[in-house]
Amino acid sequence: MGKIIIIDDEPLARSIVKEYLQKHPQLELVQECNDGFEGLKAIQQHSPDLIFLDIQMPKINGFEMLELVDQPPPVIFTTAFDEYAIKAFEAHAIDYLLKPFNQERFDKAVAKWGEQKASSSEKATQDLLESASLSPSQNQRIVVKNGSKIKIIPVHDVFYLEAADDYVKIHTQEGYFLKNKTMNHFEQVLDGQQFVRSHRSYIVNVQQITRIDPYEKDNHVAVLRSGPKVPVSRSGYGKLKEVLGL
Amino acid sequence: MANSPLSIARFRVIFIICWVVMLADQVMVLHYFGLPWKAAMIDSAICNTLLLTACLVVMHTLRYYLPRGEQYINIFSICLLLTVVWLLLTKWLLKLSLGNYDGYDDILHHSLSIRFSIGFLLLGCVTMISILWYNQQEQKEKDERKTDAEKLAREAELFKLRQQLQPHFLFNSLNSINALIGNRPEEARKMVQQLSDFLRGTIKKEETQWVTLEEELQYLQLYLDIEKVRFGNRLSTEISIDENTSGLKLPALLLQPIVENAIKFGLYDTTGDTVIRLYAAREENNLVIRVLNPFDPETSSPQQGTGFGLKSVKRRLYLLFARADLLNTEAKQNIFTTIVKIPQGK
Repeated sequence: MGKIIIIDDEPLARSIVKEYLQKHPQLELVQECNDGFEGLKAIQQHSPDLIFLDIQMPKINGFEMLELVDQPPPVIFTTAFDEYAIKAFEAHAIDYLLKPFNQERFDKAVAKWGEQKASSSEKATQDLLESASLSPSQNQRIVVKNGSKIKIIPVHDVFYLEAADDYVKIHTQEGYFLKNKTMNHFEQVLDGQQFVRSHRSYIVNVQQITRIDPYEKDNHVAVLRSGPKVPVSRSGYGKLKEVLGL
Repeated sequence: MANSPLSIARFRVIFIICWVVMLADQVMVLHYFGLPWKAAMIDSAICNTLLLTACLVVMHTLRYYLPRGEQYINIFSICLLLTVVWLLLTKWLLKLSLGNYDGYDDILHHSLSIRFSIGFLLLGCVTMISILWYNQQEQKEKDERKTDAEKLAREAELFKLRQQLQPHFLFNSLNSINALIGNRPEEARKMVQQLSDFLRGTIKKEETQWVTLEEELQYLQLYLDIEKVRFGNRLSTEISIDENTSGLKLPALLLQPIVENAIKFGLYDTTGDTVIRLYAAREENNLVIRVLNPFDPETSSPQQGTGFGLKSVKRRLYLLFARADLLNTEAKQNIFTTIVKIPQGK
């Protein structure tokens, strides 16, 4: 037995997966979802054994949705054309179905899932998300969960990022949001011309900086337009000067 | 290889007239200095025919060997040498044929310096004119090649801009057809037809071709029908066309990428139902088309919505009209508007 969820914004794309599923009576379709929000809810509610997930979807894409799931279930991606995503799949040996696909190919993907252990697939999914978040379309915004709500933060609205144990605090106009990622992750993903690691525990949006003041010996603070002060270490000061062209 | 100036009839006539005038002139001058008519004519004929040959040699040589930059001193020397050779040859031939006339030796001897200067001047002129002519010819050829190359590059770029829009749409449509085949084969068949008509339209039309608004909207409708099958009830469209736009024209296949962009933007930026609106109107001498789609101002970054679709449309309009102000966008509340102006009267 296995519980299945299909997440795709095109009704016909869901119906073909449903049709192919009929050949696998051991798999039970528990829910069909129109978009990532529904998908996220459904995953939390049903903890499925396998999901079929489209990438291009309204509001948040398939990768962003998976990032928000605490323990992502095994995934078979279904997508039409996305060079970048396909490269990511291949690199992490996660199965994917290129639309349009036939029953035979579908059966193969399901069989592969049956052989794999859940734990190894979770690791592969995490790695995939890490590399997918480097894609050019992914670094324009950060998707976070705020209680039961999903918040999409365009990166230009971010003031600065602050390390907080296993999380990163994303400071914005509306306060801060937590994301279960590392500082190194954000330093890699975000555009280096806009976001500078000013300190071991801080990444600052240079467009928000109004001035940089000296602070104690050797150190500085960056004062943001909206008021907050962000610590700047000696090496961080060098990086800031370079980006700002000082 | 550049054409010789003598390949043009007008120049040939001028050249011959010049030669005849010189011929007659010399006969007259020699007669004036006391040579009998017959002797004057023989002298002039020999002298000028040889000069004519020298001129033709210069023109022909320059056709294959055109001096560059610093080499003009060579040309000067060659002219000088050719003049000397011509003069010696003339002198020898004249002596041979007219030596028995009384006092001819004297006239010949005294006129040598004048003959030399006239010959040198004339050869110099012909050389200069030839150089100018061949240079101009070469420049013209170069310009033609450049225009050709630019035109080819432009066509290739336009073609590429159109091609890049297809794959995602195509594969998703095929996937929808695949899904329909099982349960609703009639609809699958209809969609295959629509997709074929749409693709045929893309292939058939030339980038520089102009079509009427009605034709373009018919083509757009094919695209919209396919998208509606894909997205089901989530997508609806409203098209409103002013009456005074009838007969106005626009470059073929211009609207579809704009609407495609609006659909993607609208559908992927909101979760509910999406209405795409299109208005066409005549404003002054322009056809103005507005495409409206909903979006979420809170989550859209400013880079979005001017995605690849619009960038390529902008580039295409620039290539066609050499103007960068024909495509504009505005975002008001939660409606994003793409405005495209197409100047008429072309």
